[in-house]
Amino acid sequence: MSLQITDLRVYYRTLAGDVQALDGVTLSIANGEIMGLAGESGCGKSTLGKSLTHFDSRMRYIAGEVVLDGVPLPVMDSAAMEEFRFKAVSIVPQYAMSAMNPTRKIGRMTADLLESRGVNAAAMRPEIDRRLELVGLQLDVLDRYPIELSGGMKQRMVMVISTLLNPSLLIADEITSALDVSTQKAVAETLVEFRDRELVRSMIVITHDVSILSQIADTITVMYAGKLAEKAATDVVIGAPKHPYSRLLISSLPEVGVRYEEKRLSGIPGNPPALLNPPEGCRFQARCPLAAEQCRQEPPFVEIERDHFVACWKAS
Amino acid sequence: MLTLDRISKVYKVGTFGGTDLPAVREVSFDVDAGQVVSLIGESGSGKTTIGRMILRLTAVTRGTISYDGANVARLPRKAYYRRVQGVFQDPFSSYNPIFKADHVFRMIRGVYFPGLRDAEWESRVEASLQDVGLDPGQVLHKYPHQLSGGQLQRLLIARALLLDIRLLVADEIISMLDASTRIDVLNLLGDLRARGLGILFITHDLSLGYYISQRTVILRRGRIVEMGATAKVFGSPIHPYTKMLLGSVPHLHDRWDIDGAVAEAWAAAARGDTSDPCLYHEAYPAAAGPSGSERPALVEVGPDHSVGCVRGDAEGSCRGSARA
Repeated sequence: MSLQITDLRVYYRTLAGDVQALDGVTLSIANGEIMGLAGESGCGKSTLGKSLTHFDSRMRYIAGEVVLDGVPLPVMDSAAMEEFRFKAVSIVPQYAMSAMNPTRKIGRMTADLLESRGVNAAAMRPEIDRRLELVGLQLDVLDRYPIELSGGMKQRMVMVISTLLNPSLLIADEITSALDVSTQKAVAETLVEFRDRELVRSMIVITHDVSILSQIADTITVMYAGKLAEKAATDVVIGAPKHPYSRLLISSLPEVGVRYEEKRLSGIPGNPPALLNPPEGCRFQARCPLAAEQCRQEPPFVEIERDHFVACWKAS
Repeated sequence: MLTLDRISKVYKVGTFGGTDLPAVREVSFDVDAGQVVSLIGESGSGKTTIGRMILRLTAVTRGTISYDGANVARLPRKAYYRRVQGVFQDPFSSYNPIFKADHVFRMIRGVYFPGLRDAEWESRVEASLQDVGLDPGQVLHKYPHQLSGGQLQRLLIARALLLDIRLLVADEIISMLDASTRIDVLNLLGDLRARGLGILFITHDLSLGYYISQRTVILRRGRIVEMGATAKVFGSPIHPYTKMLLGSVPHLHDRWDIDGAVAEAWAAAARGDTSDPCLYHEAYPAAAGPSGSERPALVEVGPDHSVGCVRGDAEGSCRGSARA
């Protein structure tokens, strides 16, 4: 078991009160697993990613624990997390294009970063060269400034840097969202290759784009309004989802081959609840076609089949 | 209805505008009433610039845009905007946050309907809100932050409908919306089209274009590489760039063949083409000379299906094959 999160609760402090962005998340990720984390804006998926790497000043740890490879992660303590960042847990940010220091040559910046973790940069050089080659970058990028690289080259470079120390867990937060389809595919293939070569052990790929996950993820976790709705193998979530939200979400996605005149798709009426004062019980009940009396009670996130977890009273 | 005839746009960039940046090159296509035309391109392909030129938000460098036969640049703005309106990508920045969202309606009233009585105006607003599937009670007298992205985009479409428009330029209007609500806005465009509206649907997302449009224009680096009936462009693409785009689209039920050739995948993404032969140069051999301006931008390969040169950015250097 690579990552185990138990009942993690993280709220945002606001003047109006606490926004319950992450409200009791329990899940585990196996060795070698690429877990896709899907959900709409404001569902808490990025908060979950940030909770595992770097709490920002507005985030407030409420409860829960995170264990990575048997070692508890002090997620709420930014200083104590320093020891784990980049080595055990690493992140590829969404705006990789602007993630590099513009005043340093890339090689120098990479060396500084390694030295800051007590790693001898010169000794790492052969490994760096191998990885640049893997993603099709010329070795002389190290002597260049970020501004001299194209967007795609910067994206690759940041992916190489983030994974240099073979982190156990890599978090990729919306890294394909701002990209063209052709680049998107190359990024996706790079993620899979890093996992296959065991440069990273497991991965959380956060995105609102379920179709990218259907290509690269082993399992997909669907979040809704700060809670987990469903987690299962990718084919199961795409092909036979059990939670009404995942079902409606997947059936609302257009793909090449579906036309308005032939098959009219439909969205989900209504909006997600505000997380400042979320409703009692199931958070999807106001938009759910199956909602019943029972849904005023919060449904537990339970395993209904092997490796298939759903938080819905109606799913079994 | 709307005709673009070999329009180009050159931006002046650099110190004192000393460098030319061609953003759109010799683009020609039509949008007819009752038709959704999707304009598909990656970032920097010039798709938004074309939308802005149609909406007269930026000047055309060369070529003409005409509406019902009249040159758009010479039409009085007010009359033109009564018929042609645009909606843009970010619904949250299209509104002034200190005014209520329905302020956008009031602005229209001041300019276009100054003499209208309150009761008549209100019934018009309600009618156009119903046209876009909004409940007036839920959206009127609310501030932008109280409404969802989907509601805000619908309000902007309702605003355009108040003017009795015939053409809507929709530039990435659902890109920022959540998956569960975006499809409803897209369906709304389909409904409006069925009632006779012409729509230019600008997007980078091929699946959305396929879903909604009757005709498709594929842009690359400011040039049209392929266009025609949507079923043809998607069903039997000819240009290698179109094929590459279609091959990169993630399908829900069909996995990519991921073979570990990461470096090659990146090279393909940067190159954006393959070694397929160039049909354009079969029809118009490069021997005709590098001054390509005499030749048409596209060659017809079938009914309502045209394709451009494989190396559209370096005309004259392509001699029938992408690697020539």
